[in-house]
Amino acid sequence: MPTPPRPKLAVWKFASCDGCQLSVLDCEDELLALADKVEIANFREASSAVIDGPYDLSLVEGSVTTPEDERRIKEVRAQSRVLVTIGACATAGGIQGLRNFADVDEYRRVVYAHPEYIQTLATSTPIADHVPVDFELRGCPISKAQLLELISAYLGGRAPNLPNESVCIECKRRGNVCVVVAKGTPCLGPVTQAGCGAICPSFHRGCYGCFGPQGSPNVPSMLRHLHDLGMAPPAVQRVFRTFNPLAPAFKSASEAATSDEER
Amino acid sequence: MVRAEVGDRRILSRSAFPELFHALTEAGYQVIGPTVRDGAIVYDRLRSVADLPEGWTDRQGAGQYRLERRNDAALFGYTVGPASWKKFLFPARERLWTATKEEGGFSVRAEPVEGPPLAFFGMRACELAALGVTDRVFQGGPVADPGYSARRARVLRIAVQCGQSGGTCFCVSMGTGPGVRAGADLVLTEILTHGPHRFLLEVASEAGAAVVGRIPSALAAAGAEDTERAEAIVAATAASMGRTMPTEGLPELLRGNLAHPRWEDVARRCLSCTNCTMVCPTCFCSSHEEVPDLDGRTVERWRHWDSCFNLAFTELHGQSVRKSGLSRYRQWLTHKLGTWHEQFGTSGCVGCGRCITWCPVGIDLTAEVAAIRATPGAVTPKAGGKT
Ligand code: SF4
Ligand code: SF4
Ligand code: SF4
Repeated sequence: MPTPPRPKLAVWKFASCDGCQLSVLDCEDELLALADKVEIANFREASSAVIDGPYDLSLVEGSVTTPEDERRIKEVRAQSRVLVTIGACATAGGIQGLRNFADVDEYRRVVYAHPEYIQTLATSTPIADHVPVDFELRGCPISKAQLLELISAYLGGRAPNLPNESVCIECKRRGNVCVVVAKGTPCLGPVTQAGCGAICPSFHRGCYGCFGPQGSPNVPSMLRHLHDLGMAPPAVQRVFRTFNPLAPAFKSASEAATSDEER
Repeated sequence: MVRAEVGDRRILSRSAFPELFHALTEAGYQVIGPTVRDGAIVYDRLRSVADLPEGWTDRQGAGQYRLERRNDAALFGYTVGPASWKKFLFPARERLWTATKEEGGFSVRAEPVEGPPLAFFGMRACELAALGVTDRVFQGGPVADPGYSARRARVLRIAVQCGQSGGTCFCVSMGTGPGVRAGADLVLTEILTHGPHRFLLEVASEAGAAVVGRIPSALAAAGAEDTERAEAIVAATAASMGRTMPTEGLPELLRGNLAHPRWEDVARRCLSCTNCTMVCPTCFCSSHEEVPDLDGRTVERWRHWDSCFNLAFTELHGQSVRKSGLSRYRQWLTHKLGTWHEQFGTSGCVGCGRCITWCPVGIDLTAEVAAIRATPGAVTPKAGGKT
């Protein structure tokens, strides 16, 4: 009996730091098992050998920041059966999404010796603003466990189990002592989606929200709470704009943080 | 070995206290008890009496917990911390079974529950009551939970009557403490005044008697004044509760006020973060998850703590039944204090105060109930059972 063809996997990069693709490479042991199950057809970070599309499963890293990106993402979508965004950049604009709240021409002048050579958009936008997305993996970077869950779900023909609960529940399952209650350290855990395993609180730091908003974030209450903990409005704004500035709940939090000053 | 009897009262001096600990380890128990970690008193494995939080106390309020130094060397001079004993009986994550594909079918292997007998060292009255509640939940139905039951059968309960109350405690209202009435194997009361640092030790079960029988020379006879001293300590603790919550007609009050405006008020504050349910010693909700390996030959079934505050917890056909934070908080409170009675014949709340202390925004169920009690029958305009 001929073996059925393996699904073709492609990994694409847009504006990003490559950290999420490194998480894919970091699945070394599992990748060996994976190589049996999927054909890694297009993954420049891992190999320059490229097999033509269409692809069964595309993982897309990075945000859209140039006119070329805008064109290319449509092409990737057209070549992909299932398209999954990986990481905060692809899902919610990423750190470079800061430009959405600033003057990009000024950034260009400050950063580049020859700003006239730089073709860029005024915004950094999530992939889903441009094409339909089937699933998103959150985080900066993504969690290896969630990536493997996604691929195994894909291979098994089932929906991936990617909970949209808070970081607090992972923190408590892990047996951490809450840094907010026991130390007064501001922590975005209550409004942030689980998936990281509550890494930061496990190292006695507050959560920075890199997995973006949980399924039902209460932003106004969180803002009052951060204020009560003594966090100044600019710091609140910064923390909500760091990784997922364009996730709607975090965007509204960052905007409300400064209008707080007027109140 | 000298025989000790159930009902015996003895004095254990502070200097002889480690002998009780040795008796436990010699009897084969792994001792779990309070210890300081990361700015709080948590329950963990103890290697010796030196691991106890000697000279420490805690200051608790709504959304607030701080460790502080005491000006004495009390071993149990604090109340309950964030983690309850529940994690040792109902682990936060647990593999239940593994299924493997085989020629013509598959085989299933249940996860064995192994481990030594555990001595829960320093259980408070509210925690004994909570254990009684989880016993009903996990063992009271037609099918007992095998993991819980196997672990539970190996637990020895060494209780401590509280010498002080915490800022969020209300065991008196719930009728669960601070004095220990039932459910312990041994009961200790720490006495710090009127003589040397010592403990009144009461033998409350045959299993407790067997441990005490190992250390006859460490124990002295207890006089009437020692028993009175212990009673006075418990009475003083009872008189200084941090919170109160009158329970009269509570299930009916909640059932009759599902559209009360206070639910909207609390929903504006509640973060749906799940912390209250994670720290509660009686919250028992869980979800199951199948974890297959990449080649689909084996699949593991895991159970982990879940919460009624999670959107996905009530997801049916891709939609959550309780979409609003309001409906989720209301579900939690009306279950805990109301419908729990119908389901398990007891309140789900033992008055430990953990959900108040460990809520990041300090939501206090006793205050929520008081607000509803103050204006019963009030109705949110156009609300009425909103999800
Ligand atoms: S430390 Fe942060 S994530 Fe952990 S329970 Fe507290 S608020 Fe939640
Ligand atoms: S509801 Fe709150 S006070 Fe009552 S037992 Fe649970 S954690 Fe303790
Ligand atoms: S009541 Fe407090 S601890 Fe519970 S979910 Fe709401 S904010 Fe979190």
